[in-house]
Amino acid sequence: MISSLDTIHPQFIHFAEPIALSSGTVLPGYELVYETYGKLNQDRSNAVLICHALSGNHHVAGTYNGDPKTVGWWDNMVGPGKPIDTNHFFVIGVNNLGGCHGSTGPSSINPQTQQPYGATFPFVTVEDWVKTQARLADHLGIDCFAVVMGGSLGGMQALQWTISFPERLKHSLVIASAPKLSAQNIGFNEVARQAITTDPHFYGGNFYQHQVLPHRGLRLARMLGHITYLSDDAMMEKFGRDFITRTPQFSLDVEFEIESYLRYQGDKFADYFDANTYLIMTKALDYFDPAQKTDNRLDQALSSARCHFLVISFTSDWRFSPGRSEEIVEALMKNQLPVSYAQIESTQGHDSFLMENKHYFSVVRAYMANVLKDTL
Amino acid sequence: MIRFDHQVIGQWIKPKSRILDLGCGDGQLMKYLQYKYHVSGYGVEIEIERVTKAIANGVNVIQRDLESGLAGIAEQSFDTVILSQTLQAMRQTEFLLSDMLRVGREGIVTFPNFGYWKNRWQVMKGIMPKSEDLPYEWHNTPNIHLCTLQDFEDLCRHLNIKVIERHVISHGKTVHFAPNLLGSLAMYRVTKLI
Repeated sequence: MISSLDTIHPQFIHFAEPIALSSGTVLPGYELVYETYGKLNQDRSNAVLICHALSGNHHVAGTYNGDPKTVGWWDNMVGPGKPIDTNHFFVIGVNNLGGCHGSTGPSSINPQTQQPYGATFPFVTVEDWVKTQARLADHLGIDCFAVVMGGSLGGMQALQWTISFPERLKHSLVIASAPKLSAQNIGFNEVARQAITTDPHFYGGNFYQHQVLPHRGLRLARMLGHITYLSDDAMMEKFGRDFITRTPQFSLDVEFEIESYLRYQGDKFADYFDANTYLIMTKALDYFDPAQKTDNRLDQALSSARCHFLVISFTSDWRFSPGRSEEIVEALMKNQLPVSYAQIESTQGHDSFLMENKHYFSVVRAYMANVLKDTL
Repeated sequence: MIRFDHQVIGQWIKPKSRILDLGCGDGQLMKYLQYKYHVSGYGVEIEIERVTKAIANGVNVIQRDLESGLAGIAEQSFDTVILSQTLQAMRQTEFLLSDMLRVGREGIVTFPNFGYWKNRWQVMKGIMPKSEDLPYEWHNTPNIHLCTLQDFEDLCRHLNIKVIERHVISHGKTVHFAPNLLGSLAMYRVTKLI
């Protein structure tokens, strides 16, 4: 099938203006890579910013030269005739600062040393990302987004937008997200990070110079992540207790389907993702807590928000459970802000936000139809 | 054509006030109140397909099971809380009535009147009643707590709830005479007795 997205390609932009990061570090300059889909209308009012989650990037939808292996990570949601309809909206996908798919990150060359940043790359936060995304919007001539949206860590960015730049977005779609991580969430992230940093090939983050990769650590981190992104039911349904070897071998080799799946996913991930980026992104997740500055009152943190909200959670998501989304909804209601909330029945766990689901997509479609009416 | 009971509710609310519509269904009532009286607020609905329709109707809707009450919603944060033809399907009737008057200054409660003569007649004939306001069969009805005008007013007294106004209708018209017998739908405007 040929879609109008088949001609997409990543675009690079260099920002020469230094950026002061939340950590106190100033990055003298940086690059962002992004993709756009659809057309910006004349009054520049139909732009939709898609914020990516932990391991995401700018390649949201479509394929490169029609190759199905290169399909974007949210292609079921974004495209012509899809819930985020690129026949009407100008959609932007951006790779976050600190990423490993083109935007300046730990694997990029530090112009001052001519070496990869490695462990010297500064920590970045959700607030920092939102700041860089606003600069990208300036560059594209977009004063106000019709929608800023994302799932999981992307949802946190969509929420932070309403705090950092309340006048620059009309709608915020916060999907499968949370106002801050729980201790359990941070615990999982810490185990993942330990897997990476204790890999003998990690070299304190400077593995690039040693021509090795902390492959094993990254693989373990991803295997753990995968377990937490799925639900117990979804895993049982997909893999059960099926043996790939028919009978127990009494060995430590791959015997169960689930073992095979996790190892495969772990390997695949470790082949294309940067270990330092994984560390930085999980830390950004851990640090996110907009209510910290307002005495842990989320409603006060969100009191400057001006846009409309759609919050969506999934019943089987135990990593960011529906209760976490409801905290956001209640804080928005306290501020009398316009918000709709849907709790979607699903079996896919946290990953549900990436899956096609009739009710989920109907809700987004219905919401976007109203956004379109406002935009025209 | 706006439903008559929705028009009555419209006359009971203050323009530009803040409304919470519990069990809002597809959001028709909120849509009407937003359009005609410029109210703001939210609908609350449990069923996802109705939530989606309410969103399509331009209503802010929160998906939630009312049986768990209105926890997390601040006291007196709405001018009016509406419970339109939902009370009779609730398990925790007393809890919900009290909670709605915790978060709202006034409440509007409407329900099918079980005392309506057609209902009484059908019970007399030995069958469970069915009518325009009670359209279900006995085995598939979501209604578990049916009551009459008198029953509801007794409960209000028991819960320290004051009835400000009552409007009883039948076939889209106001019933003035013998409402507990001739009215098929009961509508109450209530507040908490201090």
